[in-house]
Amino acid sequence: MARLRSIALVLLLLLSGAVPAFAVQPDEVLADPALEARARELSRELRCMVCQNQSIDDSDAPLARDLRLLVRDRLKAGDSDRQVLDFLVARYGEFVLMRPVFSLRNALLWGAPLLVLVLGACAAFLTFRRRAEPEVLNWTAEEEARVQALLAAEDAADAGDAAPEPGAVKAK
Amino acid sequence: MIAELGQYALVLALALALVQMVVPAWGAAKDDPVLMGVAGPVAVALLLFVSFAFAALVAVYVTSDFSVVNVVENSHSQMPLIYKITSTWGNHEGSMMLWVFVLAAFGGLVALFGGNLPDRLKANALAVQGAIATAFLGFILLTSNPFARLVSPPAEGRSLNPVLQDPGLAIHPPLLYLGYVGLSIAFSFAIAALIEGRIDAAWARWVRPWTLAAWVFLTLGIAMGSYWAYYELGWGGWWFWDPVENASLMPWLAATALLHSAVVMEKRDALKIWTILLAILAFSLSLIGTFLVRSGVLTSVHAFASDPARGVFILGILSVFIGGGLLLFALRAGELRQGGLFAPVSREGALVFNNLFLTAATAAVFVGTLYPLALEALTDAKITVGPPFFNLTFGGLMLPLVAAMPFGPLLAWKRGDLLGVAQRLTLAAGLAVIAGVVTAAATGGGPVMAAVLIGLGIFIIAGALTEIAERAGIGRVPARVAWARFRGVPLSAFGTAVAHLGVGVCLIGIVSESAWSLERIASVKVGDTLSIGSRDLTFARLENRSGPNFTARTAVFDIHSGGVSAGTVEASRRMFAARQMATTESGIRTYGFSQLYLSIGEETPDGHLSVRVTWKPLVTLIWLGAVVMAIGGGLSLADRRLRVGAPRPARRRIAQPAPAE
Repeated sequence: MARLRSIALVLLLLLSGAVPAFAVQPDEVLADPALEARARELSRELRCMVCQNQSIDDSDAPLARDLRLLVRDRLKAGDSDRQVLDFLVARYGEFVLMRPVFSLRNALLWGAPLLVLVLGACAAFLTFRRRAEPEVLNWTAEEEARVQALLAAEDAADAGDAAPEPGAVKAK
Repeated sequence: MIAELGQYALVLALALALVQMVVPAWGAAKDDPVLMGVAGPVAVALLLFVSFAFAALVAVYVTSDFSVVNVVENSHSQMPLIYKITSTWGNHEGSMMLWVFVLAAFGGLVALFGGNLPDRLKANALAVQGAIATAFLGFILLTSNPFARLVSPPAEGRSLNPVLQDPGLAIHPPLLYLGYVGLSIAFSFAIAALIEGRIDAAWARWVRPWTLAAWVFLTLGIAMGSYWAYYELGWGGWWFWDPVENASLMPWLAATALLHSAVVMEKRDALKIWTILLAILAFSLSLIGTFLVRSGVLTSVHAFASDPARGVFILGILSVFIGGGLLLFALRAGELRQGGLFAPVSREGALVFNNLFLTAATAAVFVGTLYPLALEALTDAKITVGPPFFNLTFGGLMLPLVAAMPFGPLLAWKRGDLLGVAQRLTLAAGLAVIAGVVTAAATGGGPVMAAVLIGLGIFIIAGALTEIAERAGIGRVPARVAWARFRGVPLSAFGTAVAHLGVGVCLIGIVSESAWSLERIASVKVGDTLSIGSRDLTFARLENRSGPNFTARTAVFDIHSGGVSAGTVEASRRMFAARQMATTESGIRTYGFSQLYLSIGEETPDGHLSVRVTWKPLVTLIWLGAVVMAIGGGLSLADRRLRVGAPRPARRRIAQPAPAE
C-alpha cells in the first residue's frame, strides 16, 4: 500500500489546480546549458514547501515553479550555488533544504547510522575477543597449581623433549 | 445482506482469534497437549471466517452496492471489473482487511504445514499469531469498519482515485502485504522461542522458509511499486525516498539481514540471540510501516493529533507488540545459550559484516524517516530529510556491503582464507576493471564514479558466477566431472548466487540511469522534431480518445532512428469525469534494457504542447535486478533441505562431496 498511498498524496497535491505532468516547463529552461544544469542540480536540493516530500524539480505546484524561476534568476544574477541556497534558507528557513544541515540539532540524524555501525562493530569485536579465550582458562587457583605441578613433573620426566604449548598456560 | 454477513464473520473471527491467542498458550504453559492442539484447527477456522469476510467485501464492491459507505467512497458502477475488485483494497478499511486476510492465511498455512514442529513451539507461535489477529481485527471493527451502511444510499459512487486505476493496484499491495505480514511468522516463532527459553539450529530451519517467502514477496512488491510510480507519476523517477517507500524498505532490509543471520544459526548454531532480535525488529518495522502509512502521522504531526482515534489504536498495537517483544527479549535472551565459535575472517564473519551494514543502513532510513516527525513533535522546528541525505548515508553504507558480497559465499565456515578467496576472484575483478574502463571510454570519460560503480556491478555478477564455478570445479576438473558436480550443487547455493547476481544487475541499472540519462524539455507544435541521443521524435498528431470511464488527449510521436522510421510512441492525459481529475499516461518504448520515456504537459491555446522526453539507459535493469533477486530467493526456497517437513535424501550427500559445507 506504500506506493499507492504516495501516489494518492501526490495526486491530491497536484489537484490543487495543475494537471499532473513533469515539473520543469519549457519556458523556464535557461538558454545557457551550464547554468541550466546548475539550476536543475539546485532544484533537487530544494523542497517544495507545500508538497509532500517533493523537490521543486519534481513538483508541479505553482510555488515550486516560482522557486524554480527564483533560483534561475539568482543564477543569472551571478550567485554561486551556495549563495542561492543561503538566500532561500534566509527566506524560508531550513525546511526548504532537502539535505539537512550538519548542526548540533541534527547531530543524532547524521550520527545515528555511523553510531549503529560503530557500536555494532564494537559489539562484534568484543564477542569475538571474549569467545576467542578458551573457557578452560577459567579454572581456580587450586586447579592452576595442580596443572603447574603436573607440567613441572612432565618437564622433569621428558627433560624438555615434549614441552607443552606455553601459550595455553601463560594466557592466564 | 452480504455486508452484514461479512461483518458478522469478522466478529466471529475476532472471537476465534481470542481463542487462538489464549488457549494454546495456556496449554503450552500447562503442558496440556489437548489445549495446545486447539491452535491448529482454530487457525484454519480463523482463515475461513476472515476469507469469508474478505470475499463479502469484494462482493459488495463487484456488485457496486452503494449502500455501503466504503463502496460509495471508492467505487463507481462504470469502472472496469478489475478496478472494482482492486478498489476493495485501494482504501484504508479495505487495505486493513487485506492485511488481516494475509495474516490469517499465513497462520492457517503454519497450522496446516507445521506438522513437524514441536507441539509447544507451534502452540506458542500460533498463539502469538492469534494475538496479532486479535489486535488487527479489533482495529478494523472498532475504528475502520469496511461494512458500514448508509441510511440513504446515493445512486452512484465517487469512484476510485484515477491514479490507482491501474493493474499495479492488483499486484503491488497484495505482494507487499504478503511480505509485511509474512514477517509476522518469524516474529511469532521468535516470541515462542523466548517463551520457552530454548532455541536451536532447528528453529532457524523452520523459520527460514517463511522469512524467505516473505522476503521474496517484499522484494517483488517494492520493485513493482517502484515501476508503477515510474510509469504512472509522469516524471520518470523510480525511487523518491518518500516516507511511505521507506516504510516498505526498512522491513526489507531487516528481513535481508534476518535471512543471512538465520543461515549462520542453522549451519553453525551461532548468532542465535541476534537472530531472535532481528526477527522481532523485522516485524516491528512492518508494523511501524503500517502505522506510518495508516495513521496520517506523515501528512502532519498535527493532523495526527487532531484525529487520533486510528493513530492511537495503532500506536497501542505498536507498543504492545514491539515493546512486549523487546521486553521479553531483554528478560529471556540471557537464558539462550550461544554456540558455534568462529574466527572473524570466515563465512560467519562475513555474514556478521552483512548484518552490521544492513542494520546501519536500516538505521539510516529509520532515522531519516522519523527524525523530522520527532523534531517537529518535540521542538516545533521543521526540517526536511530528502534524497540527498539518504543517497549519502544509505548509499555510503550499501557500497561496502555490496563490494564485499562476492567474498562472503567463497569464505569457508569457521575460519576462512581471505587471500585465497581474493585469488579465486581474480577473474571477476579483472572483468570488473575491463568493464569500468570500457564504460569510461564509451561514455567519453563522464563521471568517473559511475564507471567505477559499473565495474563494481560487473564484479558482483562475475563473483556470484565464480561461486557456482568454484563449487562445480569448472576449470580445475574435467568437463564431465564438473558437469556432474554442477548438477549436484544444492539449489540453495544457486539461490544465493542468483540473488547476489540480481544485486549487481540492479546496481548497474541504478548507476546507468542516474549518470547517463538524457533529457529534452520543449514546447512543440504538430510537425516539430525533437532529437534525443540517436533518435528523432516527430510530433505527428494530437487526438481525442475515450475509455470506459475517461476521455483522453493523446499525443502521437513518430520515432526515426538514423533516418529510418522506427515506430511511434504515445503519451496521453486522461480526464476522469467521476472525480473531475486528470492523470498522465507516459509513453514508454523499450529498447533492449533501455527506455525512451515521453510525458506531456499543458496544451497552449496556440497549439503548442509541452513535452519532456527522456532517454534512460539500462533503466529496466533496476527492476529486472529485483526480479532476479526474487528468483534467487525462490530457488533457495525450492531446495529440499529447506522445505518444511521434507527429509533430506541420502543420495544428495553423496552427490556433493566437495562444496565447503
